[in-house]
Amino acid sequence: MEHEKTLVMGNVAMSEAAIRAGCRFYAGYPITPQNEVSEYLAQKLPAAGGVFIQAESELAAINMVFGAAATGERAMTSSSSPGISLMQEAISYLAAAQIPCFIANIMRGGPGLGNIQGSQADYFQATRGGGHGDYRLIVLAPWSVQEMYDLTIRAFELGDYYRNPVMLLADGILGQMAESIELKDPVQKKSITKDWALTGCAGRKPNVVRTLYLQQKDALEEKNMELKAKYETITSELQLSETRFGDDAEIAVIAYGTPARIAHWAVKQAREAGVKVGLFRPITLWPFPVLELRKLAARCRKFLVVEMSQGQMIEDVRLARIPATTVDPKIEFFGRGGGWYPKPKELLAKILEIAKR
Amino acid sequence: MTPEERTIRPGRMHYCPVCGHAIAQRMIGEVMDELGIRERTIGTAPVGCAVLLYDYFNCDIIECPHGRIPAVATGIKRMRPDNVVFAYGGDGDLLSIGLAETIHCANRGENITMIFINNAVYGMTGGQMAPTTLIGQKTITTPEGRMSTETGAPLRICEMFATLASPVFIERVAVHDAPHMQRAKQAIRKAFLNQIEGRGFSFVEILSMCPTHWKMGGKEACQFVGNEMASYFSIKKFRDVDG
Repeated sequence: MEHEKTLVMGNVAMSEAAIRAGCRFYAGYPITPQNEVSEYLAQKLPAAGGVFIQAESELAAINMVFGAAATGERAMTSSSSPGISLMQEAISYLAAAQIPCFIANIMRGGPGLGNIQGSQADYFQATRGGGHGDYRLIVLAPWSVQEMYDLTIRAFELGDYYRNPVMLLADGILGQMAESIELKDPVQKKSITKDWALTGCAGRKPNVVRTLYLQQKDALEEKNMELKAKYETITSELQLSETRFGDDAEIAVIAYGTPARIAHWAVKQAREAGVKVGLFRPITLWPFPVLELRKLAARCRKFLVVEMSQGQMIEDVRLARIPATTVDPKIEFFGRGGGWYPKPKELLAKILEIAKR
Repeated sequence: MTPEERTIRPGRMHYCPVCGHAIAQRMIGEVMDELGIRERTIGTAPVGCAVLLYDYFNCDIIECPHGRIPAVATGIKRMRPDNVVFAYGGDGDLLSIGLAETIHCANRGENITMIFINNAVYGMTGGQMAPTTLIGQKTITTPEGRMSTETGAPLRICEMFATLASPVFIERVAVHDAPHMQRAKQAIRKAFLNQIEGRGFSFVEILSMCPTHWKMGGKEACQFVGNEMASYFSIKKFRDVDG
């Protein structure tokens, strides 16, 4: 196994990870702040035996991925917030047809055309569906360039394992930031038999990739029940998170992505000032890691959610139904939308202020 | 060849009598049988009446989001260049909501076979105006007949494709009578052969009947294709690089 070290941007780390994970197809459309992905893959993916297409639109890009992934090959697209909005219809189809693929959203400020600064305002879109119908994406949230790399490889594996599209949800800062990372090769590139894939029907019955269920009574209801059962399995098996300074914490700071990095610094500073504060960092945003959060919450009285948005993940924190052992838990919010990010000292001051109350 | 080995499965199709979809799909199936490619073909199902073609075709099929057939077919073909990929869609799919995908797919010269059913109307949703609805033609959304001043003139995609460098085969055919059907089948065959031999993007537009939403009898609908549609949409071969 190779263990190279290199200094790269998050977008490049993710792209290299995709190649090493055995991704054979990329289609995308230019949009800031993720253009390094297509720049890198245009050069590297064909050399690695894959196909790179600059699509005519995000609609075309995600549907090219639909076709490519339906043949059983590992396929991906990447975009940023407005472009991901355009892909939502096909994402619903991919989820309905249970075609695994990898979708990266390097989030920028919204709503509308917004701006090109980092943001976390697409949390609802990623975790609630975004497209039409009852479906779920597995949503992974890196907090470092190393995790942009590691979680991309993990995403391809999870997608194949659960037959589900997987989204990497990273704010633009993570895409643009450069850090030193270790390039680990995946343990297994492809291990799962895809007997549903479209490869031509020689020697077997034809495969049909479809999402329409008009004819048979209750067929769509049954399909929905099948998806529901899968989502319940994922929810019970795949709640990923990291807790730091949790053992004696009385205050829990909850954040993902770049705000979690900043919160980590602030938590350490507050600890030095004698405040018993811990950090809870969801790594899967769907399924939301409620079990670990509840463990931490059983000891905490105060909660601070930090987001680069007007407050979206905070709803999942509320829905986590922090146990009754916690009397009147206070869930406070520190965040703003529109390209804002938490300044370390402001966040520290907020933690200290909460501790005093 | 046993019935089970044929591309088109035995049994009835759900299409209305005289509908062009049924004729076109049987032709595609016959061509696939003649070329012996059923087991390596991957087809697309469009949105609309023809979505159920996966019930009729005994080969791998993917049902595409509305308008995205050319993009989905591109993804399949790029991953499976040794398979035969046919993209099948109607005027709403390929010329309205998916016009960008259609033109860019042709312009990239994707090595696929695209079959375009032009029946000048939206069928499944109840007979609305299509991009190919003729001037003066009544639909439920053009109750007084289509007027070019409000909705433009019908789109002629073969003529548009003829301005592109990449397509290797462009032909408009019709299925309203036996001689035209014969020629249509030859065009479909050529469009598949081009792909098998690696030539590039091949396109067959089929002028088709929709008697139900034209509110016509079968004979009248066939006459409408032969007289009205064919006079605006020239039945001819626009390009054949293989001669």
